[in-house]
Amino acid sequence: MSAIILFSAVSIAQLMLAAAMAIASVRMFRGPRAQDRIIGLDTLYINAMLLLVTFGIGTGRVIYFESALVIGMLGFVATVALAKFLMRGEVIE
Amino acid sequence: MIHSAADIPVWAAIAVAFFLLVGSGLALIGAIGFLRLPTFYERIHAPTLGTSWGIGGVMLASMIFFTVSSGRLVFHEILIGIFVTVTTPITFMMLARAALHRDRAEGNGNVPDKQNKSQVAQDVLGVNEPGNG
Repeated sequence: MSAIILFSAVSIAQLMLAAAMAIASVRMFRGPRAQDRIIGLDTLYINAMLLLVTFGIGTGRVIYFESALVIGMLGFVATVALAKFLMRGEVIE
Repeated sequence: MIHSAADIPVWAAIAVAFFLLVGSGLALIGAIGFLRLPTFYERIHAPTLGTSWGIGGVMLASMIFFTVSSGRLVFHEILIGIFVTVTTPITFMMLARAALHRDRAEGNGNVPDKQNKSQVAQDVLGVNEPGNG
């Protein structure tokens, strides 16, 4: 019983998160300006991180948590560097 | 270390499913809003739905699942939750400032002009600068 509940919930959640990633990548390709593409990338990696944690619940492995943590930290640094580049024209002054 | 989904009780499975569906549904709603809102300054609000309760719901589901299935207290997912909650306002504030800077520099859109400090002092405090007479 609990396996059926968990399997269906994890499947629906994975479909929803994949749809959210597809929508974010549509906005990332369509633009219209650079800041829209950067926020699209930000939404894309946040949803990928949630999808990894959902994979971890589905398979019962703890290792997915660590990759989600790495994606979160590197994504933050990437978005801040891109925002700084838009603001100043260079990343490290 | 693999924990099977079959050996957790039904109430824990229902709680995990509820938080998982709430989190991923809010992430999907945030992404749809991010696609549909018309201007950039409105679009920047929508993905925060996914980074606040989207993250919160999925991390709560993961914490409940691993705590119940491994029989000990597992709460290291709260690290990701705290980190994303702290860093998302920083990135979005920097992006909004960069977009405002670019719109002002190019003169498009109806963004407000930049206020300098003496104007702010006059408006807020009613104080005149010495050079203005």
